[in-house]
Amino acid sequence: MTTTHQPATDLGHLLHKHPDRAQSFTTSSGVAHVFYPKATNEECTVALLLEVDPIALVRGPGSTLTQYVNDRPYAAGSLLTVALGSVFRTAMNGRSESYPELAATPIPLVIRIPALPHRLAARLFTPLGWTVETTGHGDSRFGDVTLTGTVKLSDALKHLYVLLPVLDGGKHYWVAADEVDKLLKAGDGWLAAHPDKELITTRYLARKRPLITSALERLADVDEVEPEELDNALAEPKISLAAQRKEAVIRALKEAGARRVLDLGCGGGALLRALVNEPEFTEIHGVDVSAKALQEAARKLHLDRMGDRQRERITLRQSALTYADPELAGYDAAVLMEVVEHVDPSRLPALEHSVFTVARPATVLVTTPNVEYNVLFETLPEGQMRHSDHRFEWTRQEFQEWATGIAERRGYAVRFVPIGPEDAERGAPTQMAVFSSGDVN
Amino acid sequence: MELKIPDLCLVVLVGASGSGKSTFARKHFLPTQVLSSDYFRGLVADDENDQSASAAAFDVLHYVASKRLEAGRVTVVDATNVQPQDRARLVEVARKANVLPVAIVLDTPTEVCLARNAQRPDRDFGAHVVKRHRAALRRSLKHLGKEGFKRVHVLRSESDVDNSTIVYERLLNDFRHETGPFDVFGDVHGCRAELEELLTELGYTLVRDDEGRAIDAVPPGERKAVFVGDLVDRGPDTPGVLRLVMGMVASGHAFSVRGNHEEKLVRAMRGHKVTVRHGLEKSLEQLAHESEEFRLAATRFCDSLVAHYVLDGGNLVVAHAGLPERYHGRASAKVRSFALYGDTTGETDAYGMPVRLPWANDYRGSAMVLYGHILVPEAEWINNTMCLETGVVFGGKLTALRYPEKELVSVKAHQVWYESDAPFPPKAVERAPDVLALTDVTGLRRIDTSLIGAVTIRAEQSASALEVMSRFAIDPHDLMYLPPTMAPVATSQRDDVLEHPEEAFAEYRSARVGQVICEEKHMGSRAVLLVRREGGAIYTRTGRAFFDGALGTELLDGVRAAAKPLFDEFATDWLLVDAELMPWNAKASGLIREQYAAVGAAANGALPVAVDALAAAAARGVDVADLLARTSQRASNAAAYSAAYERYCWPTDGLEGVRIAPFQLLAAEGRTFHDRSHLWHLETLGKLEGPLFQRTRHLVVDVNEPEQVAAGVKWWEALTAAGGEGMVVKPLANLGGRVQPGVKVRGREYLRIIYGPDYTSSENLSRLRKRSLGRKRGLALREYALGIEALERLVRGEPLWRVHECVFGVLALESEPVDPRL
Repeated sequence: MTTTHQPATDLGHLLHKHPDRAQSFTTSSGVAHVFYPKATNEECTVALLLEVDPIALVRGPGSTLTQYVNDRPYAAGSLLTVALGSVFRTAMNGRSESYPELAATPIPLVIRIPALPHRLAARLFTPLGWTVETTGHGDSRFGDVTLTGTVKLSDALKHLYVLLPVLDGGKHYWVAADEVDKLLKAGDGWLAAHPDKELITTRYLARKRPLITSALERLADVDEVEPEELDNALAEPKISLAAQRKEAVIRALKEAGARRVLDLGCGGGALLRALVNEPEFTEIHGVDVSAKALQEAARKLHLDRMGDRQRERITLRQSALTYADPELAGYDAAVLMEVVEHVDPSRLPALEHSVFTVARPATVLVTTPNVEYNVLFETLPEGQMRHSDHRFEWTRQEFQEWATGIAERRGYAVRFVPIGPEDAERGAPTQMAVFSSGDVN
Repeated sequence: MELKIPDLCLVVLVGASGSGKSTFARKHFLPTQVLSSDYFRGLVADDENDQSASAAAFDVLHYVASKRLEAGRVTVVDATNVQPQDRARLVEVARKANVLPVAIVLDTPTEVCLARNAQRPDRDFGAHVVKRHRAALRRSLKHLGKEGFKRVHVLRSESDVDNSTIVYERLLNDFRHETGPFDVFGDVHGCRAELEELLTELGYTLVRDDEGRAIDAVPPGERKAVFVGDLVDRGPDTPGVLRLVMGMVASGHAFSVRGNHEEKLVRAMRGHKVTVRHGLEKSLEQLAHESEEFRLAATRFCDSLVAHYVLDGGNLVVAHAGLPERYHGRASAKVRSFALYGDTTGETDAYGMPVRLPWANDYRGSAMVLYGHILVPEAEWINNTMCLETGVVFGGKLTALRYPEKELVSVKAHQVWYESDAPFPPKAVERAPDVLALTDVTGLRRIDTSLIGAVTIRAEQSASALEVMSRFAIDPHDLMYLPPTMAPVATSQRDDVLEHPEEAFAEYRSARVGQVICEEKHMGSRAVLLVRREGGAIYTRTGRAFFDGALGTELLDGVRAAAKPLFDEFATDWLLVDAELMPWNAKASGLIREQYAAVGAAANGALPVAVDALAAAAARGVDVADLLARTSQRASNAAAYSAAYERYCWPTDGLEGVRIAPFQLLAAEGRTFHDRSHLWHLETLGKLEGPLFQRTRHLVVDVNEPEQVAAGVKWWEALTAAGGEGMVVKPLANLGGRVQPGVKVRGREYLRIIYGPDYTSSENLSRLRKRSLGRKRGLALREYALGIEALERLVRGEPLWRVHECVFGVLALESEPVDPRL
């Protein structure tokens, strides 16, 4: 950080660090060194260099290789700002016993951050009165960023304290509730007026929803930032497509008179929660291949707090539809809501066998995207699928051919139901097949 | 007196309080075999005499009894059991587990019971209780057989009790002592001529009576014939078949199980009312021409047949309609019915034939099951089971399987002897081929391997692997093998490196491995190539397809074209090859950009600026000399780091630039090659020619020859100095067992990518030297053993689930958290 305020060496007074000495401080993120490459009356530069112990950075089992070979020791992010906040705390608070006036005065400053994720740098610093210059490092996300402006030193430090981790997009430590206080304190006087305050808040709090809400509320702003959900990109988003899907599935289950229901690929339990609210479903059996998703579903259903009678209706188990699972036999109906498109086409015969031969409920509901509709999603780039894990997205004809083939092979009748707003030419965004067997269970 | 009981049964003791049941049980059975109601009352209520706890106590007792019986253990219930409803529940427990219930009644006189109870202070419940027990027991005695007890022994006096001994009897189906070899014959259905022909073909010598009728067949060597039942009905000469087989059984040359047709024939011969159809009319007509004596003998013979046999130490089960594993060696009406009629749902198909559940698809037992009953066009293996009913009577063929050789021998029907109700030959049964069940992979598993015995997979390891396997891996039919992890060499104590070849040579020296091969380690991505004459797959070490769509097909086609000589050499339709695919960025480009390149960019962006700033401060006379030196070193480390990973990346366009370095031929049809020397592997795979393939440089070192060891070290130094990743050292002869199948010795510069740019500072190195290799080495051994086991099972033609179990096991072990830098 360089100033050309005269005399420039006053910077040392403001920072409480003598220009002719190199000083080292042990902080929680490493050893911070402060020294002055230049200190004349005309120009004074202070440097903060943080030495991070890369080997101590990661501990504990379950670490992946990428945690070991890590850009953290070099990138200007939360490690650096923790050191910054600790080494220059007094200056950041704007206190100076010997130079109170200077501390309260905007001074010309040039700040160089040689390795900073720079994509949003201009967008976030410019509204604060900085001119931003960036030289990218190859095709990486890092760049050499120079900020030029006339700003109070304490404000400059606060800007860095908040925005470096925001640009970096991750915290090296667990984001706890007191982060909200830290953010508000360091954002005092500038954050509330920043046009990107929601983005800053979201990223500073590492996308922890309750914390973000709390921070935004306390910024006297009740606007919520919705997660980027594709469904909201619908032309007429009266009710979200997800909600319409659940409704259609539950309607079809009731029409079929199903009481004992399988939710195959239940994920985090979105449908399960809707099923639990319908007393006619006496048994609800959710399976997913991901143990983590099942934990999430159990948490969202509040299984641990549920009364015995309610609890007995629900079973959550890990299973995979590519393996035959006899525990799934004997149910009235099975739902595969937005599941098949996550299965490789080569594994669909195994899924077919598991569902239609081994589980063999009287009713099977399968929903999947209708790819013909994709062009009507404004935010979806052409040719891209709706989710990065989708292995395919079918046209109506492709889906109907697949479903009809199953019905013939496995002894079911099948009909098709559109879900969501129907386009005359392209159909509805979601398509559902309703299979019913003549078997008496 | 001798009390005979089956060697697998539920023994129900019946007697009043004080009749001496516990004493009797203690004398004749192990303490763990005896489940006493008193003990279970104590377990659930802290008081053996708390009658209010009886219901709970019996619940637990029945539960424990069920578990013991399911596991095939003789179990004795020590309770009064004088009430019919109490016994009924025990009979039900036995039936559920398909074992026989046996009653031993201690009919001890009332006064003796009373006298004994009088001596026990805890039994002060009065004489009326004992008298009530005695009355109930007397009423029960004559009904015990009807209640379902297969044997009832009544001990009427104290001396009976004192002088009795328990004698165990084999079950009728227990022929485990018969170890073969066998020739197992499918349904004969009265086709005597074809049976004689097949026996002759198999080397049996027919013995004929004066009238020229075959009355025996003497097997070659130690062999014995086993018939799967349905000797009779439909065909032209049921009496002739019976005469021959009865003679063979009588002379100890054959066994036969009972088929449903024998079952019905016996009922008909005994004068029961039966519907005469499905060829029974033929048997009755033919037998009418026989002597009364023969008819009687034939009826007796058919009625003597048991429903299934367990042979050869439990390795072979023969039952007419097949038998799931839980019924092997068990006895109950349910087991018998399954063995005779199969797994029927009660429904019938379009031809009026019973619909059968595909028990064989679900079969996971280790015993081979041979059976008939269901008409099949060809005998074929389904999960270690085979149906041998190839319809000789309908004009098909009569089939026998040689055991243990697993060779099929058959003779054609001489004519159509009986018109089938259903189309013949039958359509191949449409079944999903080799369906895998969730229970094949989940839960705690112990997988037996030929190399190191049982390998245990914990339930949570299976659970993590399930997600990866079912969401990302290719079809299990193509996923026959996953490569094991490889441990690094023991950590070097030299002050400039973490890994050095000398430790590798020393390790094998101390394991008494003389010759090792050093193979250049290619820095790319591990790839397994399954090349079939048509189709195949190229997949990663977690079972994902390498390239999607057209590029994958093109690559596979390229490998296939080059592999033509190997197809011919090994007379195979498929090859499985372990290889490395380069460049690194072909598969890992995302990881490299997000991770490795990012580290390089940040480090090379920040550190030179820091060095300049420090130099300026130093020039001003500020004391930053140490920090400057350190930071300059870090800056040059960062440059070295970027150079290290960039070496393994180069641009590719389609397949342009992609290279495959194959280093082990894993398997081909009918054989594995893990016992061949690594030189053989490299030489054989060297026959894959073309720009797609890269040879693996290598050097053989005798670890006991110092000059060769020194040459090995030099070779590694040259390799790594030129930017190579390092090398892998393996026992040349490709040993298994407890010796590491290979260790990697990675180069000093390469390891920057793994341990970070600054790992070479002496302070960091001394900390990193404390790395612990034990877990990784253990995993490497177990995964290697599982991989070999998968290959061996594959080439033996074992069912898919048996191969998949091992492959899945490798993936499950890989979910174990170990230091990923190793």
